Amino acid sequence: MTPYAGTAAIEIEGLRKAFGDVVALDGLELTVEAGTVFGLLGPNGAGKTTLVRIVATLLQPDAGRVAVLGRDVLGEPLAVRRRIGLAGQFAAVDAELTGRENVEMVGRLYRLSGGEARRRAAEVLERFRLLDAADRRVATYSGGMRRRLDLAAGLIGRPPVVLLDEPTTGLDPRSRQELWSVADELRREGTTVLLTTQYLDEADRLAQRIAVVDHGRVVAEGTATQLKAMIGGNVLSVRLADPAYIPEATAALATLAGADQPRVDAGDGEIRVAVRTPGASVQALRRLDEKRVAIASIEVGQPSLDDVFLTLTGRPADPEADERTAREAA
Amino acid sequence: MTATTANFTERRRMTPAETIADSRVMAVRQLRKILRRPMYVGYLFVQPVIFVLLFRYVFGSAIDTGRVSYVNFLLPGIIVMTAIFGSLTTGLGLTEDLAAGVVDRFRSLPIARSAVLIGRTAADLGTNAVTLVVMLLLGVAVGFRPSQPAYQVVLAFVLVLAFAYVFSWISAFVGLSVRNPETAQSIGFIWVFPLVFASSAFVPTAGMPDVVRTFAEVNPVTLAVNASRALMIGHGDALAPTLGTLAWLGGLLLIFVPLAMRAFRRA
Repeated sequence: MTPYAGTAAIEIEGLRKAFGDVVALDGLELTVEAGTVFGLLGPNGAGKTTLVRIVATLLQPDAGRVAVLGRDVLGEPLAVRRRIGLAGQFAAVDAELTGRENVEMVGRLYRLSGGEARRRAAEVLERFRLLDAADRRVATYSGGMRRRLDLAAGLIGRPPVVLLDEPTTGLDPRSRQELWSVADELRREGTTVLLTTQYLDEADRLAQRIAVVDHGRVVAEGTATQLKAMIGGNVLSVRLADPAYIPEATAALATLAGADQPRVDAGDGEIRVAVRTPGASVQALRRLDEKRVAIASIEVGQPSLDDVFLTLTGRPADPEADERTAREAA
Repeated sequence: MTATTANFTERRRMTPAETIADSRVMAVRQLRKILRRPMYVGYLFVQPVIFVLLFRYVFGSAIDTGRVSYVNFLLPGIIVMTAIFGSLTTGLGLTEDLAAGVVDRFRSLPIARSAVLIGRTAADLGTNAVTLVVMLLLGVAVGFRPSQPAYQVVLAFVLVLAFAYVFSWISAFVGLSVRNPETAQSIGFIWVFPLVFASSAFVPTAGMPDVVRTFAEVNPVTLAVNASRALMIGHGDALAPTLGTLAWLGGLLLIFVPLAMRAFRRA
């Protein structure tokens, strides 16, 4: 297990950062326990990347304190850099070099000897299933392979704290799965992972603790179960036989007693509404029947983190869904 | 897991040996990248070759250089121009690395931050040396004949390489300040063109209007070109322009190394 277990791997107090008039971080507070995966969940522009850049010593905060394994990012930036590995959404690898050259180079920069860098490079490349492609130029890699290579480079120095900034943004489902299994492995090995994501299923799947960030502050924090409990009820999800009736159905469901504003999933047309009364599904069926709307399926279940996000911030996590809701409402 | 951390002593500064080791990794990276893009190296030659052909065979006949043949007059100028254009790739490459996020990766690693710039400028010095040799050979092919002893030609070559190295730092500062590859490209031409053309590189300064001539005569490009001419073809005095060039280079290095480092920390 990790030698740091039970202690704080990352401590953040009163963190502020503004770019001109735009406040990116507004007094953010956060503690990440060593050996856990901590999910930082929030929409674009919530301040997640700014936070990661400050923890990685790439950016100086305007105010507040950040420590990584007890080392202050401003006072001992070099000590912090020795303890972190960074992998971002932009896949910072050299396209002209081969995968192996990229990873070995970072190994050398972590002061590994030539032989040790080669040995560990082969190790991380194998772990990320890149060994077959190791001697090909990165220019020939797919997006998912590049992202995995970026992560491999970030891990060759075996840092005790790994910062993953939106590691799966823009990836296909299979590549996402692969990155997820790597994050699981890291946690099993006792590495502390700070993961930022806009995907609620990702935070739900990977993180033991989740902080929801909005406008540069933590608006809620807890385990996925605790966050879901904040809704204080269940969620009714309805699929229609004919999506053309979505506006009518949404209007009908909005009148349910104790219900929040219904939300339509942009992807599959599912209508979701948080409900607090026990008879909600029966009531919903009756309302929809009155409007002559044919239902394909209806179920009452646990709220998803999407539902939590909507409740906490007043808007969906996914900007596309946001637009959709706005259109439906109009 | 702890072994890695324990490998590092908790010093707060890098030793010179560590800085050199990191710079070497950076230089190797850059040279590898260049070798993988032969087209890119070819592109470095396009402009100087066009200038050689244009001035040697088109404008040259209309330019009076007295006792010296125009091709002998021209080549030292072309060499210095090639050095400056070559140094522009330093800043351009850094903006590309910034945009790709590679600079962020390097800055998040426990390395000497200066190594990124030291390694990069060293690699570009190597590339420039190759480019300059090719340009000299091309010069010989179109009729350039150095008349001075070989050691003087080598001295001139070293002086121009030093010139290219110092201009790499200026280019690094400009690139890291503007951050965007396209802007770096256009800004590069804005500061480089007056230096190259308001100089003795292509025509004698004697015939220029007063204002331009005054600028041209203190222009480091003029000094480097005059020094190279004196050293390679015995045209004029070598000592004064050589010392003048060295003074310029020393001064520019003192100003632009710290400026480039600061721009790198902030980029």
